[in-house]
Amino acid sequence: MSLETFAMQAFNGLSLFTILGLMAIGLAIVFGLMGVINMAHGELMALGAYTTYATSLLFQKYMPGLAEVYFLFGIVLAFAVTFAFGFALERGLIRFLYKRPLDTMLATWGVSLIMQQMFRHVFGPKEVGVPTVSWLQGAWAPSFFPAASFPLSRIFIICLALVVFFAVFLLLFKTRWGLRIRAVTQNRAMSGAAGINTERVDALTFALGCGLAGIAGSSFTMLASTGPVTGQQYVVDTFIVVVFGGVESLLGTMLSAFLIGELQSTFEFLMTGSMAKASILLLVIIALYFRPNGLFASKVRH
Amino acid sequence: MANGVIPAPAAAPTATPSSRRLGPADRLSWLGLPILAALLLIALPLALGEFRLSLVAKYLCFAFPAVGIVLIWGYGGILSLGQGMFFGLGSYIMAMFLKLESTESGSSAQALSSFFGSNLPDFMVWNSVETLPWWWDPFHSIWFTIPAIIILPALVAFVLAYFNFRKRVGGVYFSIITLALASIMAIMIIGQQGVTGGVNGITDFKSILGISLEAEGIRTKLYFVTVGFLLVSLVVGSFIVKSRLGKILVAIRDREDRVRFSGYDPALFKAFIFAVAAVLASIGGALFTIQVGLASPSLVGIVPSIEMVIYAAVGGRLSLIGAVYGAVVVGAAKTYFSENFVEYWLYFIGALFIIVVMFLPQGLAGLVDKLRSLSGKGRSA
Repeated sequence: MSLETFAMQAFNGLSLFTILGLMAIGLAIVFGLMGVINMAHGELMALGAYTTYATSLLFQKYMPGLAEVYFLFGIVLAFAVTFAFGFALERGLIRFLYKRPLDTMLATWGVSLIMQQMFRHVFGPKEVGVPTVSWLQGAWAPSFFPAASFPLSRIFIICLALVVFFAVFLLLFKTRWGLRIRAVTQNRAMSGAAGINTERVDALTFALGCGLAGIAGSSFTMLASTGPVTGQQYVVDTFIVVVFGGVESLLGTMLSAFLIGELQSTFEFLMTGSMAKASILLLVIIALYFRPNGLFASKVRH
Repeated sequence: MANGVIPAPAAAPTATPSSRRLGPADRLSWLGLPILAALLLIALPLALGEFRLSLVAKYLCFAFPAVGIVLIWGYGGILSLGQGMFFGLGSYIMAMFLKLESTESGSSAQALSSFFGSNLPDFMVWNSVETLPWWWDPFHSIWFTIPAIIILPALVAFVLAYFNFRKRVGGVYFSIITLALASIMAIMIIGQQGVTGGVNGITDFKSILGISLEAEGIRTKLYFVTVGFLLVSLVVGSFIVKSRLGKILVAIRDREDRVRFSGYDPALFKAFIFAVAAVLASIGGALFTIQVGLASPSLVGIVPSIEMVIYAAVGGRLSLIGAVYGAVVVGAAKTYFSENFVEYWLYFIGALFIIVVMFLPQGLAGLVDKLRSLSGKGRSA
């Protein structure tokens, strides 16, 4: 493998990492805080992707002058729509099931099936794609790497992901809201006694996790086209990323997404994409046997 | 868990207080099995033609994994989202045997082999596989195939479960691992088209042990074979549940630590029941392949695996017999939707997941219990 191919390969792994990472961090926050597994997380990503698609259609139709920047609005809208949806989902369904984590998996699976069929009804069974805006077309070919070229759109989503990770980090560790989230995560009863409205924290945190899936979906549209079952294809990978990283650690989740993204793109060099995915899932399951709390779990015994 | 850093799902009691009890324990509960037997052995064969009866047989094949899920989920507190994996194991083992038999005997097979110059299964010829893979070889023999349908899934399930549970990986973590394994198996089958039949699966079987699968009345006979296996499974299952083993399982489900401190090894018990459920799923898969004439990756992956859980949930997670009703009712609903308005099926099954979890955690069995206690009250009043 020449250095250029290696660089390209690593770069492809990076773009997969951004999608997995954005989805996984939302899931990890929700799982870490509430012990809830949201099986509809993949469909929330698809909802974000479809929102971006709908935004692009609206801009083409009503504001062709602004079509060049629709994507920025698409990201914000995708976050807003999935955030709102997540909030409604938590208030309407999840909050009744906190004591029953296994049942939550089944109920959210039901939600995911319904969402899939809704996508099919509203947007049709075919995959849809968004136009790439002109300022993200083309590729960056660095002078020191003449044979390699890095598509600008991918560079953009990698930057976007980094900004989002940084924002989530700031939110969790530097704001009062983040303080409340961490307090509830550590000790729900004491937080409630200290005057934190834990129900409100639950709902907003769940919505935040869903909103991050929406942003993941928005960036996904720049990599591939979106279909009704797009979310389902990614949901198992995302769970594996979260479990592999260790659910208590956001940094662990990011590292695990990075590792799995890079491994996937490397394995794809050696075998077909689907077999690469299967091999990685198997490797992770074996790794989990040796580190049941995830690779980067803290050494605290619970 | 002592400092409560995260709500560790493995240690949290997973059952609702109302499901803590062992099961429907009133005086009439022993009637369930005879009623089901009468329904399946007498009423349905009299009421339905051969076509509809074979459809019921197909639904009943999914009752096997559903009964297994009641054992592991309702009684063991283990939610497996990967039973399709074991269903698929049984299904593919049986398919390999049937495929080899119909490739290597019968007049059409000889015509084919003289045309292609080999007697490999048709999909291998299409994928230009030249020799039969070594792991297909033993499945020429029924005496290898039948033990394999039982032993292979039992072994896989026991090893998988024991090693995970010994490390105290449980709760949603174990669910995710089973989910990933089911997805891996489906991906592998699709990816290795030359030796597994790929997306199309293995199909087009002519006979089983020399008996043509198109013979007059064979479907009715196979229906009775399926019902027979199912009733035996139910008896075995209720024996396990009523035995001391079953009581320990429930104890592990509700307070695993206490059982461990009492000197039991919970991993061993959980792995055992998980293996039993895997064998049940595998038997269901094998019977499915004989009757439907198909082994397909679409019955292995995550979607069918989770669907098997809803069969058990609709029937009632603590009711072995309920699982059979659940499988038949949901299966029949699926056929009804796909014949009439296929685009609403996902809405229906999605809503079913939510409704059962939210409002009917005890499923149909819980509904029956409630009705019975209501009518009992009515009579005494």
